[in-house]
Amino acid sequence: MLIFERSEEGRRNSAQRVISGGQQGQDERPLTGIPETMKRATAARLPELSELQTVRHYTRLSQKNFSIDTHFYPLGSCTMKYNPRGANTLAMQTGFLNRHPAGDAALGQGVMACLYDLQEILREVTGMEATSLTPAAGAQGEFAGVAMIRAYHDARGDSERSEILVPDAAHGTNPASAVMCGYKVREIPTDKSGDVDVDALRSIVGPQTAGIMLTNPSTLGVFERRIEEIAEIMHQAGGLLYYDGANLNAILGKTRPGDMGFDVIHINVHKTFSTPHGGGGPGAGPVVANKRLAPYLPIPMVGKSAEDGCEYYWVEEQERPESIGRLSAWSGNIGVLLRAYVYAKMLGSVGMERVADYSVLNASYLMRRLEQAGFTLAIPGRRATHEFIVTLKKESKDLGISAMDFAKRLLDYGHHAPTTYFPLLVPECLLIEPTETEDRETMDAFVEAMVTILREAKESPEKVKGAPWTLPVRRLDDVRAARELDLNWYNR
Amino acid sequence: MSEIPQGLRYSKSHEWIDDDAGTVTIGITDHAQELLGDIVFVELPEVGQQLDLDGECGVVESVKAASDIYAPLAGEIVEVNEALMDSPEQVNDAPYEAWIFKMRLKNPADLDQLLDAAGYASLAEAE
Repeated sequence: MLIFERSEEGRRNSAQRVISGGQQGQDERPLTGIPETMKRATAARLPELSELQTVRHYTRLSQKNFSIDTHFYPLGSCTMKYNPRGANTLAMQTGFLNRHPAGDAALGQGVMACLYDLQEILREVTGMEATSLTPAAGAQGEFAGVAMIRAYHDARGDSERSEILVPDAAHGTNPASAVMCGYKVREIPTDKSGDVDVDALRSIVGPQTAGIMLTNPSTLGVFERRIEEIAEIMHQAGGLLYYDGANLNAILGKTRPGDMGFDVIHINVHKTFSTPHGGGGPGAGPVVANKRLAPYLPIPMVGKSAEDGCEYYWVEEQERPESIGRLSAWSGNIGVLLRAYVYAKMLGSVGMERVADYSVLNASYLMRRLEQAGFTLAIPGRRATHEFIVTLKKESKDLGISAMDFAKRLLDYGHHAPTTYFPLLVPECLLIEPTETEDRETMDAFVEAMVTILREAKESPEKVKGAPWTLPVRRLDDVRAARELDLNWYNR
Repeated sequence: MSEIPQGLRYSKSHEWIDDDAGTVTIGITDHAQELLGDIVFVELPEVGQQLDLDGECGVVESVKAASDIYAPLAGEIVEVNEALMDSPEQVNDAPYEAWIFKMRLKNPADLDQLLDAAGYASLAEAE
């Protein structure tokens, strides 16, 4: 039920509202001084409820939620790991919350010191030259990275380069970012063992190649073994390498994109650095570049000097004239960046290595256990990095039970479903990422649920096909939802 | 097993091609719509658009994925099936009737490069 459906005309919650300087139980005095032209002609159609009704509505909704705080959430590629409360607590200090983005740098030295330090940490863990924290989400970080590649070629008068190469296993955002920057996308095939098909790559690169976008380890959950060779092929052809930071948790503290030959990387702090996966935001997608691309990083960045009594200052266009420019009005989503900063500081360099150790150990453990239980791995014989793929092609063919059926039945057993039907090149697949923050008991319970569902698929398939049975809503009609979009309450 | 009518030609990227004296009608195969699942949106090319072989000329979007449609031959788009904009489910219900676009071929001899029903059947089987 929507909150609008609970609305009753004229219902107010003024009795419960604390008003400073007014009398309890009165509506607030109307604001004065707003120009007539700025005022709306008709009242906003807001739901009218008491405070208690509102609290109950949202509490009930939150109880229906399947979340990392309540359930195992092995959503491959998304890295749904625990967000430590300490990072939240420290980032929510009033000194941070009350700072206005237009405030003088002299009054923001504390927060700027944190941001500067975060820039340095990200630069170090990626093996790069400089960091800009300003992109407001992973997708914007990707856009910035490709825009920097474009700016680099343009600055050299090398404007014939029109293509960005993207492996067929890539995240959908990669080709989208390339197109947003005016490039044509060319797909590179993947070989049977999950690596980029280097021979195909060799035959595709040329003077028209601007760059390649790679995730390493890839979305297939394997480490790209020939990455140095790929970097050499690209650089020899005059193209650059973009690293999608989606899977950085698997290599944190072990190896660095800069050392592999990448020129620019964006980092999803909500994955690797454990900031909350907001419901659409706010996010942050810092972009980090090597010497070659550093001049093009988006502004503002935080600089450090001892002039004017301020140690930290905003680096603007005067200092970085080749920058691709601003991506938003201010300096990015600092609240999110602070959480990532605290997380990085809590881990330290030893902790970061442990992130990689356990993300790989957990994924490998879960992969082997599922394999032993009779499930088919999409890429057998390779070690899992931080995630891996089970294909239910055989089950789908023999039993008529699809990956989606498995996913829905898992909900009944108290596990969030893994990512389904992605990457696209693996049929009937589940992309499973337990993350480094899960314990063995939880993963064992997941294996048990998978085994149970497989048995049900053989003995009583209707149990699986009709799932979920125990949740607040049954299986949703996603086809009808997509064909008959209904997003606006007012149009009813 | 999906339906693969005799008499049509097929591309490796899962389009069917029906030739009428150098003007071809093109849609996606039964096998392709099965793989995609329920289709919720079809983006059509523009009439008059010139296409090279393998040029992107539309998108089929299902609840699982969005897939590009590739021109299985070079030529010019002469007609598009606008009915699919309102009822994309036709592609699921009757893939060989729900054509997507028609094109006039640059070089009708290109048709020989395509697969026949038997060739496409073994390709679909191998997947």
